[in-house]
Amino acid sequence: MLAYIARRVLATIPVMLIVAFFVFSLLYLAPGDPAAVIAGDQATPQDVERIRASLGLDRPFVVRFGEWLWRIMQGDLGVSIFTNLPVSHMIAQRIEPTTSLMLITITLAILIAVPMGVMAAWKAGSWIDRGVMAFAVFGFSVPVFVTGYLLAYIFALQLEWLPVQGYTPLSQGFWPFLENLILPSIALGSIYIALIARITRATMLEVLAQDYIRTAKAKGLGSRGILFLHALKNAAVPISTVIGIGIALLIGGAVVTESVFAIPGLGRLTVDAILRRDYPVIQGVVLLFSFIYVLVNLGIDLLYTVFDPRIRY
Amino acid sequence: MRRRDLLGRSAAAVAAAGLGAPAYAQSAASRTLRIVPQANLTSLDPVWTTATITRTHSYLVYDTILSVDENLAVKPQAADGWQIEDDGRSYVFTLRDGQKFHNGEPVRAQDCVASIKRWWARDGFGQEIAKRLDSIDVLDDRRFRIKLQKPFSHLLAAIAKANASPCFIMPESVAATDPNTQITSGVGSGPYRFMRDEWVPGSRAVYMRNDAYVPRQEAPSWTAGGKRANAERMEWHIISDPATAGNALMNGEVDFIELPLHDLLPLFRRNRNVVVENRDLLGTVGMMRLNHLHPPFDNPEIRQALLLAVNQEDFLKAVVGDEPAMYKTSHSYWSFGGPMHTEAGSDALKVRSIDRAKDALRAAGYTNQKVVQLHASDFPTIAAQSQVTADLMRRLGINHDFVATDWGTVVQRRASREPPERGGWNIFHTTWAGPDWFDPPAAVGMRAVGTGAGGWFGWPSSERMEALRTEWFDAPNLAEQKRIAEAIQVEAFKVVPHVPLGHFLSPSAWRSNVTGVIRSPVVLFYNMGKTA
Repeated sequence: MLAYIARRVLATIPVMLIVAFFVFSLLYLAPGDPAAVIAGDQATPQDVERIRASLGLDRPFVVRFGEWLWRIMQGDLGVSIFTNLPVSHMIAQRIEPTTSLMLITITLAILIAVPMGVMAAWKAGSWIDRGVMAFAVFGFSVPVFVTGYLLAYIFALQLEWLPVQGYTPLSQGFWPFLENLILPSIALGSIYIALIARITRATMLEVLAQDYIRTAKAKGLGSRGILFLHALKNAAVPISTVIGIGIALLIGGAVVTESVFAIPGLGRLTVDAILRRDYPVIQGVVLLFSFIYVLVNLGIDLLYTVFDPRIRY
Repeated sequence: MRRRDLLGRSAAAVAAAGLGAPAYAQSAASRTLRIVPQANLTSLDPVWTTATITRTHSYLVYDTILSVDENLAVKPQAADGWQIEDDGRSYVFTLRDGQKFHNGEPVRAQDCVASIKRWWARDGFGQEIAKRLDSIDVLDDRRFRIKLQKPFSHLLAAIAKANASPCFIMPESVAATDPNTQITSGVGSGPYRFMRDEWVPGSRAVYMRNDAYVPRQEAPSWTAGGKRANAERMEWHIISDPATAGNALMNGEVDFIELPLHDLLPLFRRNRNVVVENRDLLGTVGMMRLNHLHPPFDNPEIRQALLLAVNQEDFLKAVVGDEPAMYKTSHSYWSFGGPMHTEAGSDALKVRSIDRAKDALRAAGYTNQKVVQLHASDFPTIAAQSQVTADLMRRLGINHDFVATDWGTVVQRRASREPPERGGWNIFHTTWAGPDWFDPPAAVGMRAVGTGAGGWFGWPSSERMEALRTEWFDAPNLAEQKRIAEAIQVEAFKVVPHVPLGHFLSPSAWRSNVTGVIRSPVVLFYNMGKTA
């Protein structure tokens, strides 16, 4: 197992290198010029050229990529060309809000979606099943920002239970921290809940038709035992796979959610950096996201062995 | 439901709710002023970039030697005064006593001289001083002298100017930085200290009152007068979504929005806890910039034909809606409200006839060349005007390619001198603050040097305009300056560097307990405070 984990962690290195190359190439080829953005509207073309040269943007692709890669290998993500702050510092400033948002969203989604999917499968064809499926269709269909504004309208503006926007670090108290993240987590989680609930239902329906479930019923085992000890455990592998894949969905959704709720997270950092063509920041954040995604998939693969002891690495 | 409808209903509900219920975040310390500025603060160096947000930051953190009041009169600021000697060839400035930088060091003449040198290495108006310079010397810690080769009546105005880039005082060690290299220090001698440790670009910038600052005793007037730090702590909250910012204001989570979306203003006005006012009566001017290097706009007659079709009101209403009080047509290249404003030579812009423009295009020899228009869809005011131009092109029967992209791409592509089919362009839109078009030194877009040094995107060329510009700098008095500015404009309506699109106001919105908002074309957050 340890050898497998070591191999998988080592395998992330070529993956990251490929990602790094593609990220750098795409940014190089994409239109947009940070020097022009920096210079401002009153700058002359000569001003823009001067800033481009001072940033080293006039140098060949190979030279810039080589230098960047060398720095990355030394653990240096570079410096933002706008703020002059180290990219690692900017990411560190933003990682807590995004991590908090995603963890709460995932927790919320699993706690809501898995029981929903299980119940829908157990009561297949009933109003509970139809209700869960209707919710799933709604969750898939409504964009995150619409859900976000609706929630803000009801719970922040009408009922005044929660704030419209912002983020309070955990260090300033648990409730101030949580109250800022409840609405964003629900907004972001709605698609995720729908996805997990549908997959849970479909997988559970398949498992519940198996012979060993019928045997368990024949033995007189209660519904709860059948559902959660026998059926759900066997359905857990595909469900955990979907949860893992959904991390990418969450990262994309976090960009919108953080904008709607003005949360200073990595999603907004990414959007701001893209709009300004702040290349070092874009490269740093995309690399980080790729790394997280690879690690999450590794974690999911390892979870398979917990859910299904027949799986060996 | 469209997103805007949803935002509108959401915000309307807050407006109604705000009448009867206490706002959510009133528990925030009343000594902290929470501001949503127009943009994200990214650079701290007002010499390195002309970005407006950096200038706003700088007016909090730095002081200026001179300043300008609402009558456009030059006033002393950090300076106690000045003496003009040698028939206008020598200016001796004396600093006020007792001024200190945020690090406790005294503000000295050496700091001012170093700051001026760094500023004029980059600023166009500053360079006009440098061209005429004989020497700049420190006389003692409180006095310095600028000696000129010949009298230059604009010297004080240049050092005092509020439009980009003002001449801010930095510590000598900071001002020694190469002007092409961005400074990272936030140490100045202004009324607020920048809390660098709390700065999260894209989210928050924080300022604390500079208790050592000694304000002038005069009332504030534009950038002149006393700068008082009435709020102990000032937080800039960068909220990129305008509806969220609006909801946060109405819910009491922020105190001031510098540039709210025009669509939300009616909702703000219905909320008794919110004030909507035109902080800047000189407003914003729009322009349709034309590329003079490539067909069809390399032909002056085609550029002039375009003037006949433009109805400024269409462009202005696209930005502010049907609110006549919020806009003003201005058939002038010089800003409405500025000293050089005139409508001389602007007859073509008052015709507003598609048919006459079509006739003129035919007569000018327009042969269906493609016109590539760059459209920044992520910049609401610019995008609105750009869409009116797209419609105008269609109505004129012009072969039109509408390239919708983001502002970052527009500012890159507009720098290209290549033909449109090889990545160049024919038209783009942008907007400017009113003072940016006050006079020739401010109006970089009026340079007509083609692709020569100092020329702006579009690269118009006119020897006469440039000769008049030089003449303006040597004009002995305001009347003569106005006469020359008028002549420049008459020539400009022949050259058509761009189509001026009038003047619109962009009000700010703030909670009714906010005090001390300075009315000025430059955004000034000092002097603001709030009652409990």
